[in-house]
Amino acid sequence: MTSEPAAGGTAAGTARTASSAGPDPSSVSSPAKLSALLADIGYLADDGVATAAFLSLRMGKPLFCEGEPGTGKTSLAVALSESLELPLVRLQCHEGIDAAQALYEWDFPRQLLHLRALEAAEGGRLNVDDAEQSLYTERFLLARPLLTALRSSPCVLLVDEIDRADDEFEAFLLQLLDENTVTIPEYGEVRAAQPPLVVLTSNRTREVHDALKRRCLYHWLEHPDLSREIAILRARVPGIGRRLAEQIAETLQRLRTMELLKPPGVAEALDWANALRALGRDELDAESAATTLGAVLKFSEDLDRVRARLDAVLG
Amino acid sequence: MAETDVTDPLPGLVGFTTALREAGLPCDRHRVRTYLDAVERVDVGDATQLYWAGRVTLCADPDDLPRYDQAFASWFGGADQDAGGMPVRREQRARIAPLSDDGDGEGDTEAGEQLSVAASDVELLRDRDLGELSDAERRHLRELFRTLRPVSPRRRSSRLRSAHRGRLDPRRTFRAMIAAGGEPARLAYARRRTRPRRVVLLVDVSGSMKPYADSLLRFAHVVVRSAPADVEAFTLGTRLTRVSRALRQRDPERAMLAAGEAVADFAGGTRLGETLRVFLDRWGQRGLARRAVVVVFSDGWERGDTALLGEQMARLRRLAHSVLWVNPHAGRDGYEPVQSGIAAALPHVDRLLAGHSLATLERLLREVRDA
Repeated sequence: MTSEPAAGGTAAGTARTASSAGPDPSSVSSPAKLSALLADIGYLADDGVATAAFLSLRMGKPLFCEGEPGTGKTSLAVALSESLELPLVRLQCHEGIDAAQALYEWDFPRQLLHLRALEAAEGGRLNVDDAEQSLYTERFLLARPLLTALRSSPCVLLVDEIDRADDEFEAFLLQLLDENTVTIPEYGEVRAAQPPLVVLTSNRTREVHDALKRRCLYHWLEHPDLSREIAILRARVPGIGRRLAEQIAETLQRLRTMELLKPPGVAEALDWANALRALGRDELDAESAATTLGAVLKFSEDLDRVRARLDAVLG
Repeated sequence: MAETDVTDPLPGLVGFTTALREAGLPCDRHRVRTYLDAVERVDVGDATQLYWAGRVTLCADPDDLPRYDQAFASWFGGADQDAGGMPVRREQRARIAPLSDDGDGEGDTEAGEQLSVAASDVELLRDRDLGELSDAERRHLRELFRTLRPVSPRRRSSRLRSAHRGRLDPRRTFRAMIAAGGEPARLAYARRRTRPRRVVLLVDVSGSMKPYADSLLRFAHVVVRSAPADVEAFTLGTRLTRVSRALRQRDPERAMLAAGEAVADFAGGTRLGETLRVFLDRWGQRGLARRAVVVVFSDGWERGDTALLGEQMARLRRLAHSVLWVNPHAGRDGYEPVQSGIAAALPHVDRLLAGHSLATLERLLREVRDA
């Protein structure tokens, strides 16, 4: 049995149906083209990200993204799905995640109810084989993100924070990525017509096994440089002026050179800009910075350190 | 953009991967094949694309990036690649200081003596100070290290296993009911599994710890080997070095050699607070130290700012499950924790233990197990 389109299945994650009008992934002929597509939806990729994603697309290999928190690992996958107009299937990893949560599960309570209903309807003359067959069908199969991805491919599969899962799960994922196929004993084989574009992210809380890394393209993301960060702020925050974007980006660059427990990333820059915009500010001064600093710094030690030297930080 | 000769770039590319392998990058055959495949799909004439095609296929760790940048610059020449933004670190290499050379005059008188070891001597050796052994005793002690049997501490995992008591397991109960044709079956229960808790060893290898560094690293090797996936080891000195990978090798001598190559700052100065901060920034806070048992081996001599050390120990204490401080001098009679460093660290430590002899290290293993 081959895969059917994900009709009626309880799709976990945020799957949306692909519109056929989107740009064909195979028509993306160079990193620059991909970069332009990403820029259209507001993700400003540098050469490295563009080349890595381009190669991942063309070589059919998963992209393994590592980097400081807030450098845009997860948003890269979201941006790829938007710009290529492919559905995004997201699998958030956590400790103890297993096949039942990641791949599929049978809906036992509903199967049980169904069996009881059959029994009642047939008045005890239940055909055992038929009854059993009717239990293992589409309607009782709960598709989890990985199965959804295989069935709805082409799509973008985001495996977020793989370092939080256990090694057993890593091995399981490795097999799935290799074969793009899964066999459900009572149901049959589900094969992806076309391998999904896989993006894995890790925060390096644990070293991921080399066997997994070897099957992927490895990309280390850095914080963006000043001009790119200004461009990102202006593209992503509605109504932000050039002056405010420049001030925020410059302050962020200075904050990252300070010895902070958690140097702020792009996500924090965007939060900060939104906070300032919500307060109706067009300019960053000591007073507005002091009241909104909590959007940027998340440790009290960091806040104390920066507040003590606020004027120097604001430049 | 330099135009590269594209008539037949293949030998040059393979040569490049060989150079990278020699620089210590994980360029196995599989990766080289992926690299060549990637290069085919980009514009080889564009140095930026060539740079990134190699970087995403041949590197596997942020530590690989400076080495890749260096090799790329020297191999393909001239192309100034600062795209990674990582400073190119000059590699420094050092060997383990041969502690048994008796360079510092200790134990000179015993150096030539043969040591015949009887059972009672083993008992004596177990309590001898590791810093004051003769060559022969040291060799014998290395053998005794093999008899150590580290047991990992356990923690509760979020996975479940079936049990006779505990919480109800609906999935297994329903499955049993289906098997029974829908009749109510015996209720199934599940309990949380336990998993090994991570252990992190931080070994001070500065000058003042020199007599103990070799033995402590050997001890670290035994602990790492007992549970390679759940033990991490770092050395602290003027800089931080991760030695877990080196110590995962089975053979102790090879592991020590590899560790010696990795550690550039043997018997140098101590900037305990600062290296500890680097550890917490790069590894600890991300998750390595979270809920782990952290063991710091140090005498607490701090040349830097002790306030910083105190601050970082407080941070470590908040992340870790428990923090044990092992001080080789703590076992001596009349020891008082008065060195400025240890005085600053002590309020943030769960236990201060001795660690100057095999017997005290065995006690440490029990403490770690029960932590």
